[in-house]
Amino acid sequence: MKWLPEAGPDFREHLAAALQAASDGERLNRLSQLARTQLSHLQIIQLDSALSKIVTSEGFERVKLALLGSATMDHLAPALRIAGLRWGVRFEVYVAPYGQYRQELHHPDGALSRFAPDNIVLQLSAKELVGAIPLASSKIVADDAVATVCRDVSGLWGLVRERFGATVIQQSVLDLNASLFGNHDAIVEGAPRRLVSRVNAALQDACAEAGVLWLDIERAAAQDGLDRWFDPLRWLQAKMEISPNAAARFGELVARLVAAQRGKSKKCLVLDLDNTLWGGVIGDDGVDGIKLGEGSGVGEAHLALQRYAKKLSERGVLLAVCSKNDAAIAEAAFRHHPEMALARDDFAAFYANWDDKASNLQAIARDLNIGLDSLVFVDDNPAERARVRGALPTVAVPELPADPAHYVRTLSDGGYFESIALTQEDIDRSSHYAANRARQAVLTASNDMDAFLQQLDMTVAFGPVTPLTLTRVVQLINKTNQFNTNTARRTETEIEALAADPRALTLQLRLRDKFGDNGIVSALTLVPAQGEPEVLEIANWVMSCRVFGRNLEHETLNILVEAALAHGARRLRGAYIPTPKNGVIRDLFSTLGFELAGAHADASIWELALADYTPRQTFIKREGTAHDRT
Amino acid sequence: MTEPEVLDGLTRILRDLLQDESITLTAATERPDVPGWDSFAYVNFIVAVESEFGVRFQLSDVEAFQNVGEIARQILALKR
Repeated sequence: MKWLPEAGPDFREHLAAALQAASDGERLNRLSQLARTQLSHLQIIQLDSALSKIVTSEGFERVKLALLGSATMDHLAPALRIAGLRWGVRFEVYVAPYGQYRQELHHPDGALSRFAPDNIVLQLSAKELVGAIPLASSKIVADDAVATVCRDVSGLWGLVRERFGATVIQQSVLDLNASLFGNHDAIVEGAPRRLVSRVNAALQDACAEAGVLWLDIERAAAQDGLDRWFDPLRWLQAKMEISPNAAARFGELVARLVAAQRGKSKKCLVLDLDNTLWGGVIGDDGVDGIKLGEGSGVGEAHLALQRYAKKLSERGVLLAVCSKNDAAIAEAAFRHHPEMALARDDFAAFYANWDDKASNLQAIARDLNIGLDSLVFVDDNPAERARVRGALPTVAVPELPADPAHYVRTLSDGGYFESIALTQEDIDRSSHYAANRARQAVLTASNDMDAFLQQLDMTVAFGPVTPLTLTRVVQLINKTNQFNTNTARRTETEIEALAADPRALTLQLRLRDKFGDNGIVSALTLVPAQGEPEVLEIANWVMSCRVFGRNLEHETLNILVEAALAHGARRLRGAYIPTPKNGVIRDLFSTLGFELAGAHADASIWELALADYTPRQTFIKREGTAHDRT
Repeated sequence: MTEPEVLDGLTRILRDLLQDESITLTAATERPDVPGWDSFAYVNFIVAVESEFGVRFQLSDVEAFQNVGEIARQILALKR
């Protein structure tokens, strides 16, 4: 639970102080603040017993939740109640006696009926569900067995609905089986591992129709490691299928689902700018000094956060900026930096000023007409985070690690935007969903190559190498091995010098299509031939393998010929120097209409007379963007 | 770490767990001596002890402990 700040060594004192608060309501709020820290199993139990003394649930929604399953679940209740506090829910928990869930569900006026649950978590073990299916089962027998298990479990869901009108939360079945065949466990029809995975898939399919919520413990266990979730010692000691050390995670995952069902998930992701959405400080470093995008790991890490935010916005999460910055400089960064995954228009609110961040967050909530408890505030600065947590305790503030490499994972693990459905409203909040559907259509109809290329709606933005594009161009030249005519490597200084040299010609190209921006994917440098000022020699020509097969090299030549003519050249000359990796462009120059003009060693020299050139047809339209051209 | 120090630590954990500041554990204390220290609280106690002391008991240990002294001595053995 690394997205929560650490509780610190004074937990016991904080707990005692919280219980000294003047009113029940205030005590509840103070305990909720403690619940928003990383707690040990013991601390959770301490906090839970303090909570049990508080009568009021003012400001919280009361939810009655029953835990039913094949294993002991009593140890999960405290963590669940504490997780509820983080989500504005006060859980009342009923735990059915170990292994008694069928009796409880069938008993017309038993303890469960009297409890009258709103939600029932159903935790069923692999042993119980598939343990009796013979290992030697044929496909037909296994199909039938899986269908039977699924029918049986759906039957339990039906009982819950009829008797209690409660919403079932079905926990994915944990595969705790020891390996029998090794990797082949996933393939053998009667192997427990395959059966568990098929049962999970079948239950997932059935969930949506039955209005059942899916609790994906399998995924959490895969992320944290199964050993964290299942401890054979606790199973043998107390029949716990979920280890007490995973109770906090379990409680959190359940609480998120219940919160999502009750519309309590977060709605808006509020982002800081400097050292959050990009590396560096825009006001000091300038738009071409910040770290963002391809070229450095740190730049890519910040870009990854932007892309993740973009994806979230596409599924309906609102985005906002809350940054201590000059508004004009901050907004210009989004317009002028070529690697930005987010555009100024992606933000529903944009607060870049020198005011206190807590006041800005209040303004954002007001602007968007949502509660403060709907905001998630992402900021790399620990002081700002502490300030916001103190001033606005209901705003979720993930504890961002110092290393931007972990930003996305931390935000993702926080689970702030849990959703139980993708609604029409979510979809309408973005346009990208439509693009995804279009992509499906294009991919399925892609047997006609021209039609495929046409439907991609490709556009190219191009221009000489600029300070903003320099890093990426140098990286591209030095990393590209396949589409690289002569595999000549260049330093940043060399390219910078060429870009500044009026006799030379540089070109960088960025390809966009309907599915997004591929970034700068191709670059060329040309210099006048020695003693032949009318001939431009291709000193570098590279293209990323990401965009092979798009005919970008044809459009590149169209662009290059125009530029060379404008430059006063009459011929282009290029050399192909074969390497073990660049065979893919062996015929590049001949295909493009160059004529063989000589050879030395293993290099072949090719020339193109510009006056004879007829532009090639491609499906790539040209665009001119200021930052790429200037 | 000495046995009295371990006993102090165990006392602190059980006080927190059962919310009872009157508890004082000695080497001779057995579970029935402490009100509320049932088998469920015993599992939670063992989990908390493992995490606070940074040790890991074996199944045979947790099934065999007769009194607090045996727990303390096993912790010291594991820490050595």
